[in-house]
Amino acid sequence: MFSYWPIIENIYLSFTTWDFISPQADLVGLLNYRALFSSWAFPEVLLRTLVWVVVVVVVSLVLGLALALLFAQRIRGTTAVQTLAFSPHVLSGAAIATIWLLIFDPHHGLSRMVFEAFGTSSPAWTTDDSWALWALIIVSIWKGLGFVAIVYLVGIQQIPAEVLEAARIDGAGRWTQFRRVIFPLLSPTTFFLVITQTISAFQAFDVIAMMTGGGPAGATTTLSWFIYDEAFSRTNVGVSSAASMIMFVVLMAITVLQFRFVERRVHY
Amino acid sequence: MTAMPTAVSPRKSSGPRRTLWWGVLALVAAALIFLVPIYLFVSTAFKTDADINSWPLRLIPGSLTLDNFVNAWTLAPFDQFLINSVVVAAIGTVLKVLLAISTAYAFAFLPFPGKRWLFVFMLGALMVPGHVTLLVNYITIGQLGLVNTYAGLILPGVASAFGTFLLHQFFRSLPQEVLEAAQLDGAGHLRTVVSFIVPMARPAIITVGLIALIDEWNGFVWPLIATNSVNMRTLPVGLLYLKENDGINDWGALMAGTLFVVLPMAIVFLLAQRYIVAGLAGSVVRR
Repeated sequence: MFSYWPIIENIYLSFTTWDFISPQADLVGLLNYRALFSSWAFPEVLLRTLVWVVVVVVVSLVLGLALALLFAQRIRGTTAVQTLAFSPHVLSGAAIATIWLLIFDPHHGLSRMVFEAFGTSSPAWTTDDSWALWALIIVSIWKGLGFVAIVYLVGIQQIPAEVLEAARIDGAGRWTQFRRVIFPLLSPTTFFLVITQTISAFQAFDVIAMMTGGGPAGATTTLSWFIYDEAFSRTNVGVSSAASMIMFVVLMAITVLQFRFVERRVHY
Repeated sequence: MTAMPTAVSPRKSSGPRRTLWWGVLALVAAALIFLVPIYLFVSTAFKTDADINSWPLRLIPGSLTLDNFVNAWTLAPFDQFLINSVVVAAIGTVLKVLLAISTAYAFAFLPFPGKRWLFVFMLGALMVPGHVTLLVNYITIGQLGLVNTYAGLILPGVASAFGTFLLHQFFRSLPQEVLEAAQLDGAGHLRTVVSFIVPMARPAIITVGLIALIDEWNGFVWPLIATNSVNMRTLPVGLLYLKENDGINDWGALMAGTLFVVLPMAIVFLLAQRYIVAGLAGSVVRR
């Protein structure tokens, strides 16, 4: 209920120009939206956000499913690894980001050790504009992977044993079992994860704030950082709320599209 | 299944054993992916500067020290951050749980006009991305004069559609007869909730409470916006302050500060894992 009013207020603000200080916001029509798309800077932010979201969601779902299949084998020690893998999901994103700043440090971090093992020197992950976004993507995936794996594991455990037994009797190998039985039966889980992970990837903030602050030279400015930065560093309330509206519309569109898609495809 | 164990067992034992070998290897690799960063982080918090700055990387510290914690404390007011975090997390969690219990009770048991419609309305709030509402919430808090106050930190997050939904589902699974009996005995709504619903729904309430606690403790973007004096910062935002205040040159202090932020929730998670994982991974909706 605290969520609806801000949306309406936000729509209004996106048609105004304001700096938090002047007594009132002036209506300027579509100026903020036009300003956003008048240069390449904002479309680049959107493109970067798209790369971020697609890579984070796809990679964490693929790796998470692989991890879940491994957990489903019930090898000794699995429970401990499950706990370990899930823990980053419940720990502060700012703290996780700080830990990875140390790992990525080109002088004292693990990164130097790994790259020197391959005979090269470590890139300056967070201060080099061609590496920074990837550093943040790696951290985001690492933080969410265990959660994805456990959700998939819950899904796998709900598949009736007889179904797999039947497939085995029909002579299905492991890969065929996975492709024809397990993966299709997991489609509601996949659907749930795609939506929740997409929404959270769009709003990723603490990792960016902690590791790069949107830099270097805007290389890690995603939509969520842009919204924050425009409002609270540049006091362009109108521009920030226009960008917020774009995020809102995109996320709503994704949710609606996925529900449409799911009506046709997920039933089995 | 048990009818022909002799025919099946030899093949079965040779099948799983091969996968077991690969599986163990994969499991160890997976464990290392999570363990190595955590180990490096915790060990660095206790390493001396000489050890941190030496190369090759010293995986096993030469000697242990608490200096990093002292340094973190001199660089940033961590005791104040801790107080703020505890106040915000404790009050925020309690309010969130109380509100979720009463809303869920109303939706689950009380007849009122437009209930269905209101419930859908509330579920819709689950879909509204929190980041979109930040700016307007900030303006509201500003107009109320609550910037830099605990009230400003806590209030916007108090209504939890997620918690309400989870409790609502659980409440509806409770036996209706008990509640009817309570009503016949003349118990009011408050009595019904306190002496019947809460004891019966204890696991669900614990789950909602723990998830609320974790969210409050880890919250980052709202405390960053809603406070602007160092002394009102919570621990995660305090970490950003520590880093900007020369932490990047002092890995030991930064890791000590990080350990301080992480440890309480790590302990909560280890102790109450069952409730937390069930709530986060088992339910179909999240925030």
